[in-house]
Amino acid sequence: MNARVPLDLRPAPDARGCGPSPVLRERGQREVFCGLTSIVWLHRKIRDAFFLVVGSRTCAHLIQSAAGVMIFAEPRFATAILTERDLAGMADVNEELDRVVARLLERRPEIKLLFLVGSCPSEVIKIDLARAARRLSATHAPRARVVAYSGSGIETTFTQGEDSCLAALVPTLAEEDPSVGPSLLVTGSLADIVEDQFTRLFAECGIPRVRFFPMRAANDLPAVGPNTRFLLAQPFLSETARALEARGAKRLAAPFPFGAAGSTAWLRAAADAFGVAPGLFDAVTSDARARAETALARHRTTLAGKRVFFFPDSQLEIPLARFLAQELGMVPTDVGTPYLNRQLMAPDLALLPAATRLSEGQDVERQLERCRLERPDLTVCGLGLANPLEAEGMTTKWSIELLFAPTHGYEQAGDLAELFARPLVRRATLEV
Amino acid sequence: MDLTLWTYEGPSHVGAIRVVTGMKHVHLVLHAPQGDTYADLLFTMIERRGERPPVTYTTFEARDLGADTAELFQTAVREAYERFRPQAIVVAASCTAELLQDDPAGLARALDLPVPVIPLELSAYRKKENWGAAETFYRLARGLAAPKRERQQRVRPVCNLLGPTALGFRHRDDVLEIARLLAALGVDVGVTAPLGASAEDIARLGDADFNVVLYPEVALPTAQWLEKAYGQPYTRVVPIGVGATRAFVAEAAGLAGLDPSRVDVEGNSRLPWWSRSVDSTYLTGKRVFVFGDATHALAAARVVEAEFAFKAVGVGTYSREFAREVREAAAALDAECLIADDYLEVEAKVAALHPELVLGTQMERHIAKRLGIPCAVISAPVHVQDFPARYSPQMGFEGANVLFDSWVHPLMMGLEEHLLTMFRDDPEFHDGAPPSHLGRTAEALRAPCNAEPPVPAPASEPASWTLEAERELKKIPFFVRGRARGNTETFARERGFATITVSTLYEAKAHFGR
Repeated sequence: MNARVPLDLRPAPDARGCGPSPVLRERGQREVFCGLTSIVWLHRKIRDAFFLVVGSRTCAHLIQSAAGVMIFAEPRFATAILTERDLAGMADVNEELDRVVARLLERRPEIKLLFLVGSCPSEVIKIDLARAARRLSATHAPRARVVAYSGSGIETTFTQGEDSCLAALVPTLAEEDPSVGPSLLVTGSLADIVEDQFTRLFAECGIPRVRFFPMRAANDLPAVGPNTRFLLAQPFLSETARALEARGAKRLAAPFPFGAAGSTAWLRAAADAFGVAPGLFDAVTSDARARAETALARHRTTLAGKRVFFFPDSQLEIPLARFLAQELGMVPTDVGTPYLNRQLMAPDLALLPAATRLSEGQDVERQLERCRLERPDLTVCGLGLANPLEAEGMTTKWSIELLFAPTHGYEQAGDLAELFARPLVRRATLEV
Repeated sequence: MDLTLWTYEGPSHVGAIRVVTGMKHVHLVLHAPQGDTYADLLFTMIERRGERPPVTYTTFEARDLGADTAELFQTAVREAYERFRPQAIVVAASCTAELLQDDPAGLARALDLPVPVIPLELSAYRKKENWGAAETFYRLARGLAAPKRERQQRVRPVCNLLGPTALGFRHRDDVLEIARLLAALGVDVGVTAPLGASAEDIARLGDADFNVVLYPEVALPTAQWLEKAYGQPYTRVVPIGVGATRAFVAEAAGLAGLDPSRVDVEGNSRLPWWSRSVDSTYLTGKRVFVFGDATHALAAARVVEAEFAFKAVGVGTYSREFAREVREAAAALDAECLIADDYLEVEAKVAALHPELVLGTQMERHIAKRLGIPCAVISAPVHVQDFPARYSPQMGFEGANVLFDSWVHPLMMGLEEHLLTMFRDDPEFHDGAPPSHLGRTAEALRAPCNAEPPVPAPASEPASWTLEAERELKKIPFFVRGRARGNTETFARERGFATITVSTLYEAKAHFGR
């Protein structure tokens, strides 16, 4: 509803190659969700956990707006909304919290694990949720455990909420029995069906103890120790990786398991660490890999040579750009990420075309100007930007689906490619 | 601390965003943490807007808290002005920024911008979305309206349409319908606001002869102020339903000094005949539960009995500001009243009342789906499917036609219901056969809609059914069986019966028989 007055663009630094190349660091308006949004998939993953946000009406409205579309029942998340009484000190926040938690656990007998999730207002007024969690854990043991983490927008963007949640769980994991051999911990939320596929592949490779984190049931926490090798399934788990390493676990570096090549490289990192013979690995993975390649080939005609522009959103941007470039022949022009962890991204970064421009952080207005100048064939962006860009004649893929849909592994490679191909096919088909 | 699962209203700053997003050449700078930009998707996705809301967010992070969030805010205001060149800038703080006490009003004024700056105090920890919309509209009117001046001599009287916003339930079409109705009556529309108005339009609100308040939740404070400041009277009747539209025409004609009987404004009003035609006989006495914002709940309460011959069993609203009016409406209909913004409370009430039709928001649509009750949506909050491509007003005579279609469609057709009763033992019409036009399988109808059923409220031990009574119950058509079972069990419980026999069933039927 406003006239747009274009501003001068800062000159983009030369992109000479992605590994050590300069990264455009931007500061300005960030058009991203906060970490509370992770609750949308985390609560589906851990089926007897409840997420209690200690926040404001905005927090409740955010989660509802991000999730309400997809699920609607008495959900396993809620918001304890701070009111003026709490802020003015007329009510003791800790007493209020105890009351709310007691009522909640009474109403929901199936809940075994309760997360107290910090928000912007609870952080700003400095409610000590970690201490509250210890107190409440003592009160409600052994009926339910209580763990605190922050999903606030002042500290986390979108997927960092999962990182913050898992990192808070790591200190509660049992110490792995050092006498048993090495174990594999796949870290990062995956769709159940994908977990099952990976489980089968690891089993056929003869990798003995494979656990997934987060787990499906609250009391099924994996043990961790110096014998643990962990493989990140999601790229946004910096804190969790650090916390696992602090427990002695060792991270296996690999590209993230998107597409045929990505899945192979990821699985191979585990196979190599567990001494799986190359012949066996190839035998186990060849069928699924061939299926994935066939599925990708179908979409390559649509996608090859097309230029793709990523707005920062979930930190999946770099691995997905790698997948689109390496496996489908797309040309990533801009790859924005809210936060760049070079160490975790190194294997994917090394596979990105040298001309790719990386940006970290966000100034949404400048990015929009850049996007309009570049007129990419496909723009990957959040829900707030997708329709406005479509209305300007650009083709978009809304990024939240890349998180909510099962996309990892061989059997989903074709589905993942289709998510990017569909908007292009649709635009080509429509005659109105 | 209030425990909240799903909310009917967003925070007050979302109300402010609804107002400015509906307007032209007005920009809002919201002091808000990273993440609050989620609000944009309400407009771009749910309402399918092709433009971003005209809102700049400061999106401060923890590292900014140690530095200078006030400077961040000023930079955001300055850049927003330079980039968008609006006619007016609105500044406000969301809940977290309110805690920082950065004083957006003072900071924005200090920039000395060449356009009016309208500061808002949104009381995020006390107030909600509709209040925020009303407050924003009121502040804009106060801040932008030109001083009172002599009205020009005009051939036709002029009114303003007040209250429609972005993301409003059918506001887009209501505005068109009411403008047409007024045109037929001989009244011109001066300014429609906030939806579609620029800052310059707001400046000339005072030029009209009177105001039409379409949505009191948003428009009432502004209309009351305009009455005081400019001597403009405003309408009290919300024209939803045939009766209210007639009353509205009379009221508007009165304010405009016109004779309403001179013109035929009813044109294509079909609801009266559709309701009187014999097929509609089966609608008689259908038990209806009504819930929504005050405007739409009150309107539906008026219409269900007078224009459909339904029976309102429950009437409620989440708009606490209008609790008194809704209570009075419910009492007049001898219906139960519910003032609540707790979705579980509403669900429990719907389950207890066994209505045959639910008229509500998207929350009630889900409740009704879970309970297997037909439902039509009558009020915000709504979802994307309630922003139809076709013209579909709620107000005026065409709006009444829309009400008839959309409220009756979810029900079984009259003849179908009749046949089901007659042939209920035939294989095609067995117990689980769903209404043919709903195209759902019997399983889908019976199955709970989600894997997580609500935990039932603890009740005293229910009476047990004898085998014979249970068999008799099965002979009752399935669409009223739930109510028959509930009523019989209530009847038995109230009398302390341990078992329910066939005769208990019929005693209860006689007791509750309508």
